[in-house]
Amino acid sequence: MSVIIVMLVGSLIIAGGFLIAFLWSVKDGQYDDEYSPAHRILFDDTIKDKPIK
Amino acid sequence: MSVEIIDKSKCYHCGENCTSDSIHLENKYFCCDGCKLVYEILSENNLCTYYDLNNNPGVVQKIKIREDKFAFLDDEGIQQKLVQFTDGKQTHLTLYLPQMHCSSCLWLLENLHRVNQGVISSKVNFVKKEVYLVFDTAKTSLRKVVETLTAIGYEPHISLQELDSKNIRKTDKTRLYKVGIAGFCFANIMMMSFPEYLVADGVVEANIREVLKYFIVAFSLPVIFFSATEFFEIAWKGLKHKFLNIDAPIALAIAITFGRSLYEIFSHTGAGYLDSMSGIVFFMLVGRILQDKTYQSISFDRDYKSFFPIAVNVVVDGKSIPTQIDKIKSGDIIQIYNNELIPVDCILSKGKAEIDYSFVSGESLPVLKEPGEIIYAGGKQMAGALELLVVKEVSQSYLTNLWNRDVFKTKEEIPDSFIHVLSKYFTFLVLGIAAIAATYWYMQGENRLMWNTITTVLIVACPCALLLSSTFTNGNILRILSKNKFYLRHPDVIEHISNINQLVFDKTGTITQQSNVKVSYTGKTLNDSEQLNIASLLAQSPHPLSKAIVEFLAKKELITVENFKGTEGKGIEGWIEDKYYKVGSHEFIYGKSSQQQRNSVVYIMIDNDVKGEYKIVNNYRFGFNRLMQTLKDKFTVSVISGDNDAELSKLQAILGKDADILFHQKPDDKLSYVQHLQQVKKKNVMMIGDGLNDAGALKQSNVGIAITENSNNFSPACDGILDATQFSNLDKFIEFAKSGKQIILLSFVLSILYNVIGLYFAVQGTLSPLIAAILMPCSSISIVLVTYGMSELAALKNGLNKT
Repeated sequence: MSVIIVMLVGSLIIAGGFLIAFLWSVKDGQYDDEYSPAHRILFDDTIKDKPIK
Repeated sequence: MSVEIIDKSKCYHCGENCTSDSIHLENKYFCCDGCKLVYEILSENNLCTYYDLNNNPGVVQKIKIREDKFAFLDDEGIQQKLVQFTDGKQTHLTLYLPQMHCSSCLWLLENLHRVNQGVISSKVNFVKKEVYLVFDTAKTSLRKVVETLTAIGYEPHISLQELDSKNIRKTDKTRLYKVGIAGFCFANIMMMSFPEYLVADGVVEANIREVLKYFIVAFSLPVIFFSATEFFEIAWKGLKHKFLNIDAPIALAIAITFGRSLYEIFSHTGAGYLDSMSGIVFFMLVGRILQDKTYQSISFDRDYKSFFPIAVNVVVDGKSIPTQIDKIKSGDIIQIYNNELIPVDCILSKGKAEIDYSFVSGESLPVLKEPGEIIYAGGKQMAGALELLVVKEVSQSYLTNLWNRDVFKTKEEIPDSFIHVLSKYFTFLVLGIAAIAATYWYMQGENRLMWNTITTVLIVACPCALLLSSTFTNGNILRILSKNKFYLRHPDVIEHISNINQLVFDKTGTITQQSNVKVSYTGKTLNDSEQLNIASLLAQSPHPLSKAIVEFLAKKELITVENFKGTEGKGIEGWIEDKYYKVGSHEFIYGKSSQQQRNSVVYIMIDNDVKGEYKIVNNYRFGFNRLMQTLKDKFTVSVISGDNDAELSKLQAILGKDADILFHQKPDDKLSYVQHLQQVKKKNVMMIGDGLNDAGALKQSNVGIAITENSNNFSPACDGILDATQFSNLDKFIEFAKSGKQIILLSFVLSILYNVIGLYFAVQGTLSPLIAAILMPCSSISIVLVTYGMSELAALKNGLNKT
């Protein structure tokens, strides 16, 4: 039954990874604008158009 | 073969009604040349996807932009203030574009490089209505970029206010971090507490449970020392000012829970309540985030500076040099063009001045000025170009003084929200219960049980539920109101609205539409040529009534009238096609003024025969009548205006003879009126206005609402912004705000139920972590669901449920 500690530590590390990803995305400004990214992906790229970051 | 239906009545670009079908390109019709021009630019650059993404995505372009309007952007000093970064090769800057409203705007702005090749990239933040531009300094300039944007219909709003403060408005992300960490810790602590819930020994070995407890303590540390800090800070601030707000008992409960749990864990007497503690912190933070969601593209604090131009042309040695407004000195000669605001007190030197002061004083008729007369800042020039001699600098002008009045300086004494009052009683009640239970056990000699009881009572009976119900309800109400284009500055305003008993409306621009007036003709019918002649004659008169009639007659081509004479303020007369036309006021035509108030009636006389009259009335907003009838029953309604009293009888008919309807009110008068209502008649006043002339009154009243026709308009420090199209729903908004208080109380009562159950266990000293852990999320989630459901229901009942 003590294997549960090992499993616990493992799952906490994985969950911690997700937490870090969340904090990173907030810092990067992902939640500043909720409208644009949803619509941006639906635009077409024209052939002679350079993709804009 | 498919038949294409061509709609000639609506402009292909902006959707406005086309008054004629003469402006068109191929098979597309436009309302004005401006719109047509934008379409041409876009189609030349293969950007017609703009029109495919949304119907009529453009903004109306009727007002022509002067060619040199952005000449001041060539000035290096100004450039430095606007630009965020430049290294000589690339320049980065952020511009605010208030016209942004749909995905077409987003698409077009991010494809800006196709219209101006010097632009390297453009990224839109739609929520803030900003675009972040990077352009090649060698290929284009700041001025050209701004001119490109203006040419496609997105003129950036550049104002003094933004120059003053460094416009790096960083959004506050700390709360998001706090919520993320609190949620993470809460979920994991609950997971690790499971062995404690399974009381039966042997399921999980004792030493494993010990290890888990230490893990739990470790995870609770970030919650209490990072996520929960705001509760402690706000409680401390309140206590320093001898004020018990709702955060005080919450901070107390959190601290006691933490302390008690640590004691239990380290003395091996129990498992503590850290799961409930972290859970409640998480839920309360979520509630606060929902409530304090700010509207990033609207500013409630714009002052006059955001309305003024950044620079005006100063004439030096015969040349026009764009100069920053702050640098204009008395004695300079400046040039002001059509539709521009006069930023300083000055004397008219050259040009025909028709100044519209409706913004400052509420008067709707423009004032005609002669050379040599003084012109005060804040007026808008309606005729052609002017040359003016500056008398006072911007900071000294009458307008600035108006704005710097004391009423804006004193900090507002915001009355206690009922939530704070309620929580005070709740705190004392809980402390009372804890004291009684403690005394009881002390008498019984059960010391351990006494401490047990005190701490668990304080843990269970946390007014967290009250905070949850208020924050979630407020957040929901704000969200529903903003969907209906009524934006409140602060959740407290909801409660203030529910307390009002008097409404004061400004007239011009608030209950009347800013643009249109209604023109109606009574009398003998005029044939087409007579109408054409009248229109041509009136086109020579600068009077706004003449302009209204000319627009009403809507003739395509006017004939030139050569023999005419205008008498200022009275009328105009002339010979057209051998007929003598005389058009003007009652006094002008009949020789004496009429008995009744007939300021807005224009009489037509052809060859000494009075044919009829044009009546020009204010166009009241849609639904005005119905709104007033509904409001009259529940509140006292008054109208207060800086304008003349032409509309008195009409308003009296709608509001009743004993309603206060005041005219010729200067901004000071409006402020005193509101003060009088508050101090003498003890009323809670809601003021609805639109311009600078209302600013003092708006600030003084309990709730100040600014009406705007586009949300970029000047909003003097007010508590809420109402979009003009939603004006007729004002009564529904007030009803809805009232229901907010009821919802909060009801859900609080519901939470008390849970508290009672918990207290039942707590006073006996038998509150186990399991019970606490069940009660806490149950009560939190049920409160959230109840508040959400009830506020949606209230919205439905008031007809506010837009998708």
